[in-house]
Amino acid sequence: MELTKLTALELGAAIKKGEVSVKEAAQAALDAVAAQNKELNAFITVTSERALNRAEKLQAGVKDAESPLYGVPMAIKDNICTRGVKTSCASKILGDFAPPYDASVVERLADMGAVSLGKLNMDEFAMGSTSETSFYGPVRNPWDLERAPGGSSGGAAAAVSAGLGWYAIGSDTGGSIRQPASYCGVTGMKPTYGTVSRYGLIAYASSLDQIGPLCRDAADCAAILDVLQGRDPKDGTSLDGQYGNLLGSLTGDVQGFKIGLPVDCYGDGLDGEVRASVLAAADVLRARGAEVVELSFPVMEYVVPAYYIIAAAEASSNLSRFDGVKYGWRAEGYESLDGLYRKTRTQGFGSEVKRRILLGTFVLSSGYYDAYYRKALQIKAVVKDAFDKAFHQCDMLLTPVAPATAPKLGESLSNPLQMYLSDVYTVPVNLAGLPGLSMPCGFDSKGLPIGAQLIGPHFGEGRLLNAAHAFQLDTDYHKRTPKGGDPA
Amino acid sequence: MTWETVIGLETHVELATKTKIFCACTTRFGGDPNTHCCPVCTGMPGTLPVLNKKVLEFAVKAGLALNCEITRYSKFDRKNYFYPDLPKAYQISQLYLPIARDGAVSIRTAAGDKTIRIHELHMEEDAGKLVHDPWIDQTRADYNRCGVPLIEIVTEPDFRTADEVTAYLEKLKETLQYLGVSDCKMQEGSLRCDVNLSVRPMGSGELGTRTEMKNLNSFKAIARAIDYEARRQIELIEEDRRVVQETRRWDENKDATYAMRSKENAQDYRYFPEPDIPPIELSEEYLDGLRAAQPELAEAKRARYQAEYGLPEYDSRMITSDCVLARFFEDLTALGAPPKQGANWIMGEVLGALSARGMEPKDMKLTPATLARLITLVGEGTLNRNTAVKVFEAVFDTDGDVDAYVKAHGLEQVNDDGLVRETAAKVLEANPQSAADYRGGKEKAFGFLVGQVMRELKGRANPQSVNRILKELLTQ
Repeated sequence: MELTKLTALELGAAIKKGEVSVKEAAQAALDAVAAQNKELNAFITVTSERALNRAEKLQAGVKDAESPLYGVPMAIKDNICTRGVKTSCASKILGDFAPPYDASVVERLADMGAVSLGKLNMDEFAMGSTSETSFYGPVRNPWDLERAPGGSSGGAAAAVSAGLGWYAIGSDTGGSIRQPASYCGVTGMKPTYGTVSRYGLIAYASSLDQIGPLCRDAADCAAILDVLQGRDPKDGTSLDGQYGNLLGSLTGDVQGFKIGLPVDCYGDGLDGEVRASVLAAADVLRARGAEVVELSFPVMEYVVPAYYIIAAAEASSNLSRFDGVKYGWRAEGYESLDGLYRKTRTQGFGSEVKRRILLGTFVLSSGYYDAYYRKALQIKAVVKDAFDKAFHQCDMLLTPVAPATAPKLGESLSNPLQMYLSDVYTVPVNLAGLPGLSMPCGFDSKGLPIGAQLIGPHFGEGRLLNAAHAFQLDTDYHKRTPKGGDPA
Repeated sequence: MTWETVIGLETHVELATKTKIFCACTTRFGGDPNTHCCPVCTGMPGTLPVLNKKVLEFAVKAGLALNCEITRYSKFDRKNYFYPDLPKAYQISQLYLPIARDGAVSIRTAAGDKTIRIHELHMEEDAGKLVHDPWIDQTRADYNRCGVPLIEIVTEPDFRTADEVTAYLEKLKETLQYLGVSDCKMQEGSLRCDVNLSVRPMGSGELGTRTEMKNLNSFKAIARAIDYEARRQIELIEEDRRVVQETRRWDENKDATYAMRSKENAQDYRYFPEPDIPPIELSEEYLDGLRAAQPELAEAKRARYQAEYGLPEYDSRMITSDCVLARFFEDLTALGAPPKQGANWIMGEVLGALSARGMEPKDMKLTPATLARLITLVGEGTLNRNTAVKVFEAVFDTDGDVDAYVKAHGLEQVNDDGLVRETAAKVLEANPQSAADYRGGKEKAFGFLVGQVMRELKGRANPQSVNRILKELLTQ
């Protein structure tokens, strides 16, 4: 049995049956990390010893374990706090910061019986679409090491794709789970805003940030969301998703589902091969009994500017606390308090982060607030309305995740505006707080994975996962692995 | 030219909740540095604020008591600025939709009655404190106060004199203490007041350029700073110079204000809606519940004490000057003590004992039941007033048992006329000169003789009996 090619649920079942020990699973993943992380740079921190100790401890509980994911090794994006383990947000400014607390999702995963292998590389403070802005160097795409894995959860997508752990926990502010999942050929889900606690997620843009899973398939996503979701008293914006047992409700039956294709998402700027693959996905679902309808979604030209104004505004405030006074990294050789702030922040943040802090500071400034920030909030309301209208006509939307497949390393950073525009299909979902899922739906002529996005109404996770599950019953894109891997 | 001073106040009041506004840390004053804090109130990365419901309740109660319109859909906003005492580099406050607006407070000064309009009341979190250590030339941050809940109460520019300001602050303090939402201790910083002041020619309808004064730590300082700043501004204008809009700091020792920062250097706080706290929606049921639970405030109590108990206005004011005293008085009366006697004991002995010990009424151990018993014993004639005062002193600190103390010290009043007569006769025999003096018309000598009889009886005699019997014997 080639352990690292199993899904998380398959490994969980093998552990439950006693075919594999928790420690063997952890060791297999750590071996894969040891073999591949040097070139992939997917992990910032590998906690081998902790993982093996924990695996050994968990073994005793296998018999009584309730979760189908008990004992399955995984990894966590480095913007999610882990007690006593360095949590850097891939930034110099956090230094070796090891929080004295766990994020609520980390607590939930620990209670469920997860084994963490370590912390995953990402764009600095989750700002970026390629995982190249990390202070710890760029992550590489396992399908083509000269290419980016997408971002900001690029380490997470690369790790799951390459078999360095069976699933990963990422975060998605404007597409940061879905887009790297698409570039790396894995299944990723951004849940409805509020249904997964943000406590312990180092904020980029608080009103848009959402934690979610990156997995081998939709069933794994469902199983993990069953663990993550639910109200948390430590997060005032958290809600109970009330979608019950997502894993148990995966029937693969899409009979009568109405799937909307927003024509505005298939126009100019979309790569032809991507368009063909995504539309082919619609055909697969139609063949299983879903109805496919075209509809208009006339707000696409506003979503990227609105997103970048709101996200940057919130980021400028959220990142102000990194000032060298209390924790993390502090510059040397300052002569005044202002000097300490200026030097620490100038040297501690990378250029993409500084660009967004400056943008956010500008749009909130007295005299500009109404022209930018308030207007962006108005667009946000308009986008919500557009989705409401769309969901009167269909049960979910099917769109591309990104206009093209994974770019070459270095290509995107030279043109940040182009990079921002490539977020066009994913950011509206965050603006409206909706659930969005990215699933592998094909490969382009360069052999790079293509992703399709399913978007649902609030709390529509169940139907998205079911549609993805149905699609994956009839296709094997999700089973392909990099380096010429065959279906497991 | 005559000038008019125009003043508006921004008062920050720490709420008396047990825990902080966004976490479960204690709000207790003091404590070793950084012992009353957690990852949330120190703004550690990834942590989130969760609104303490009690803070909302206290703010709404204050808003209702200040006759404000309560905002049914209210929000928090972030006020962004860098300073080491503010660990998130933003303060969670309310700018766009404060919890209460458009209130009014009536005040009384020697010049008459007046209404001060309240512009708004909003909730926010307090910042920490920086302590500079000159020995090592380092500044240290203490985050214990971070996240202590505050309400800021902003008035319209309705004040014209320092007297009005003082009357308003006293009324505000009294109201908030009666509500139980704050202890309003200026010396501990739980009531802090910034004064916005401008001057204009008397009769002018326009406002002059204002300055904001900070670091005003007592009512006295506020009054002095107002006088100083008004004079400074008038002098500037009369010298054809201009008042600069700026923040000024009151220096208690130098009795003067100094410029801290001008409007040109003013910070841009880049307020925007706080995304981590959902909007607050208040139902009519919630507000009705709080309205029904509002306690009787000082003004209502004063009127009632006069009408219901026949207390003089002076007494009513004294007793309601502190809500603990008022409650003490009401409990005492409910236990059967005659209201006027109860009031006399409170205004005399109770306040005297507190002031001698430098204590606040709320720290008093003495219970109404103990004082009621003492008053009953005096009423029954078991104790005379002077002895009762001694017993009061003896039981005050520990709320001791009055009956046990009286018994143990044999303090019951001597109501035995035979014994008083016998003692008085002995005293007259021993002091023939005084007796003769009295008979010769020297009234003073009588007092001496009464004193001697009382001394013989260890002060326990009923003074009326002593007077009557001595007079009888002296006129025989």
